[in-house]
Amino acid sequence: MQRIINDFSIQIATVNGSGSQTANLVLLRSIFQMGIPVSGKNMFPSNIAGLPTWYTVRANKAGYIARKKEVDFLVAMNAETAKEDVLSLEPGRAVLYDEPLKLSELRSDLTFYPVPFDKIVATVCTDAKLRRLVKNMIYDGVLSQILEIDMGEMEKALRKQFGKKVKAADLNMGALKAGSDYAAQNLKKTDPFAVERMDKTGGMILIEGNTAAALGAMFAGVTVVAWYPITPSSSLPESLIGYMKKYRVDKETGKATYAIVQAEDEIASIGMVLGASWAGARAMTSTSGPGISLMSEFAGLAYYAEIPGVIFDIQRVGPSTGLPTRTAQGDIATTALLSHGDTRQILLIPASVEECFEMAQDAFDLAERFQQIVFVMSDLDLGMNTWMSAPFKYPEKAYDRGKVLDAETVKRLGGEWGRYKDVDGDGIPWRTLPATGMPSYFTRGSGHNEKGQYSERPDDYQRNMDRLAHKQDTAKKYVPAPVVDDAETEIGIVGYGTSHWAIGECRVQLEQEFGIKTAYMRLRAYPFSQDVEAFIARYPRIYVVEQNRDAQMKMLLRIDLPAGATSHVRSVLHYNGLPVDARSLTDEILIQEGRKTRDTEQVVTARHDAAVVTAAREGE
Amino acid sequence: MADVKKNRIGLEIQPYRGGKTTLCAGCGHNAISERIIDAFFEMGIHPKDVLKLSGIGCSSKTPAYFLSEAHGFNSVHGRMPSVGTGALLANRKMLAIGISGDGDTGAIGIGQFVHLMRRNLPIIYIIEDNGCYGLTKGQFSPTADVGSTQKNGQPNDLPPIDTCMMAVQLGASFVARSFSGDKKQLLSILKAAIAHRGTAMIDVLSPCVTFNDHEGSTKSYAYVKEHDEPSGEVSFVPFFEDITVDYDPGTTTAVTMHDGSKLYLKKVAEDYNPTDKLSAMRLMHETHSRGEFATGVLYIEPDKDDFLTQLNLVDEPLAMLPVDRVKPGRDVLDAVMEEHR
Repeated sequence: MQRIINDFSIQIATVNGSGSQTANLVLLRSIFQMGIPVSGKNMFPSNIAGLPTWYTVRANKAGYIARKKEVDFLVAMNAETAKEDVLSLEPGRAVLYDEPLKLSELRSDLTFYPVPFDKIVATVCTDAKLRRLVKNMIYDGVLSQILEIDMGEMEKALRKQFGKKVKAADLNMGALKAGSDYAAQNLKKTDPFAVERMDKTGGMILIEGNTAAALGAMFAGVTVVAWYPITPSSSLPESLIGYMKKYRVDKETGKATYAIVQAEDEIASIGMVLGASWAGARAMTSTSGPGISLMSEFAGLAYYAEIPGVIFDIQRVGPSTGLPTRTAQGDIATTALLSHGDTRQILLIPASVEECFEMAQDAFDLAERFQQIVFVMSDLDLGMNTWMSAPFKYPEKAYDRGKVLDAETVKRLGGEWGRYKDVDGDGIPWRTLPATGMPSYFTRGSGHNEKGQYSERPDDYQRNMDRLAHKQDTAKKYVPAPVVDDAETEIGIVGYGTSHWAIGECRVQLEQEFGIKTAYMRLRAYPFSQDVEAFIARYPRIYVVEQNRDAQMKMLLRIDLPAGATSHVRSVLHYNGLPVDARSLTDEILIQEGRKTRDTEQVVTARHDAAVVTAAREGE
Repeated sequence: MADVKKNRIGLEIQPYRGGKTTLCAGCGHNAISERIIDAFFEMGIHPKDVLKLSGIGCSSKTPAYFLSEAHGFNSVHGRMPSVGTGALLANRKMLAIGISGDGDTGAIGIGQFVHLMRRNLPIIYIIEDNGCYGLTKGQFSPTADVGSTQKNGQPNDLPPIDTCMMAVQLGASFVARSFSGDKKQLLSILKAAIAHRGTAMIDVLSPCVTFNDHEGSTKSYAYVKEHDEPSGEVSFVPFFEDITVDYDPGTTTAVTMHDGSKLYLKKVAEDYNPTDKLSAMRLMHETHSRGEFATGVLYIEPDKDDFLTQLNLVDEPLAMLPVDRVKPGRDVLDAVMEEHR
């Protein structure tokens, strides 16, 4: 049998609330510690306890960390889903299961490893109440034997996971060893999958996007945070609270250099952010789609009255409550145009945990420079899953606090200052802050002239709106540019956010398996810079990859680019709530290119992908 | 002009004034703006140390008509509390005054009102209460009394929200009700509110001359004058005035305020105690059941911790902290990265 080394996915099927997350993270971390690139994806229900949940660990020697479509090794712990999980596997895969489930009777083309979890756990845990939790560590022990994961690394990962809780760590260590011993004595390895030590993760970190964004905000000097709990955003402000308590309390006085307030709803959150930013603080909130909808009226006020603010949108599946624990890029179009009247917002779109960290400062700098809200469009996959990354670099760049009037500027401008007057030709006026001795003004969402006075004059209104449009043009030169990889080909792929990881792998599949070269542009911001239009013009066929149904980014391209510039733009869409995988993209591009897909794809595989519909909607 | 009156910080009244009002002639709100100007002038608060906030409606236009040298923020309907909260989080040194209306507070903004009161944010929160939506031509607001009629004769069927009762119950530490036509009482209450540290919630009955001043309305000038039941005389002695007041503890409650000012509240009833929640609620309930409304400082808790104190913020305004106090060093990032290895 051909061994398959460092290139497989493990799926652990459990019930949520059973405490399996610790065992899953220990598994992920131990493979990572062996130098093998990994990724972990949690597919969990919107529920506290009792519903099915799947955790997928992918090990990949080439460094691909997108979700893998196929499951290679199933750990079946949940009676409710076990049968369907087993039936959906491709031949030759392996199943580790709880013995009473009797899964081996279902198929003859898979490798089965039965493990009597209840019997083993009874030998290591005398407290019946704890057994349900400790049981999970047994599958880690069994996997260490079968997949040849170093037990020393497993122990190290386990100890790190439990931190100072030594007693709990010892108990779980016992379960880990019991599982490993059981496998050594009772199970004979007949599947091809195994890990071997590599050196591809040295010095790297494992972190969630929300934690990275929280860190970024702290280093960006945030002082006021208002938030309202919502999945998948909550862990961002919650991590921030932890870090700020530790690193932003004045050592001498014991007093906080920040305020974090749990508001009564998302409307109050953005209201507090705008009040604080108006008074000169760096202020932010974090939310998800439903919160963005509620903030819409205030977003218009901020745009028109020109008040900075930072909003992290950790996107989830909508509309309405939708699938609150699944991922999507579904807020792109609404957020870009958020509010009533004519509004254009600034969006930053991180693809990695590193960008979650870096774009936090970018967001504050741009918000203060342009005196408007900057939205950081993360998603559940990025925010809540664990990602491998190079350690973050210390931000050297000085904060850009934007155009805030001081005595020197007043002198330079002579009598020219007006709150909404464009004295520099870039569309950006100078603002004044309370308590700085500078001239006051009355901030209002109602019509105003250049001096900030109430006005309903048609010429005042139109001049102001034209200046705001001009300001947005200036922003195009300031927002992060797209990352472009050109190639000698007729095909250009456009993507953004977390789709990036599947796109990278898809491009290799297209080239290595089908000889199709592709160029690639990863968008990182809205409004679009000149580079975006140029890339789209360079390639005869453009595929925009998005994790939403309605091709929202393509809509924005069509609105903003000149007529005719997007007639060759097609869509590859993924919107079933799961992180996008490379094979789905490859297949869809091949279909739209009029080519045959990989033979194995004739077999209908993973259950989770039943809803993947990736159609060229416009039929161009 | 040697005889131009100056206040204790040497300012004339001019910087306390604002733009010309655009409200209807005779609107109660204009009288309130006048008292606000007087109160800030007499207390010697520099306009530049004040933040003016408001929601949407006739009431919320008024910050443009007083304290023109103060920064002002006319926000969105019913959301002034959150904007004010954010502004004060950013700069705790500022004195904030928020102007709302009965619709802005009692209807669309009731949620934010409730949570502002709970937090006891240090802000003067004024409801300019006329029982109707003036700017959209006279619809009932949630403070309209049962049986009160619109101009076209249509009566209101739903019970009113009593914002003062709510404020007391929810945690505001200074709750008052007054009448735009009672210059003396309103001025004393406003000065005491300036001296107070915590939420000073003041519901000011302020008749709408255009849409709610007719017979049948319980928010008309005539009706309010007739049914105003002062809870007792309100005398305020600011900390900077060296005045000793002789008073009878049996008939007057003396309150020492956060800044050292003294507030003397003459009791209407022997068993009424303005520092006791239950007593304040009973007074409001009893006067209401007689078809009257109690005015004056109805409840006061001078030493309650305000929201900013609870947050344990540094003394300097958060908005003004220099980079080295808000950007942790390289060692911090290194330590955090190490935790994630």
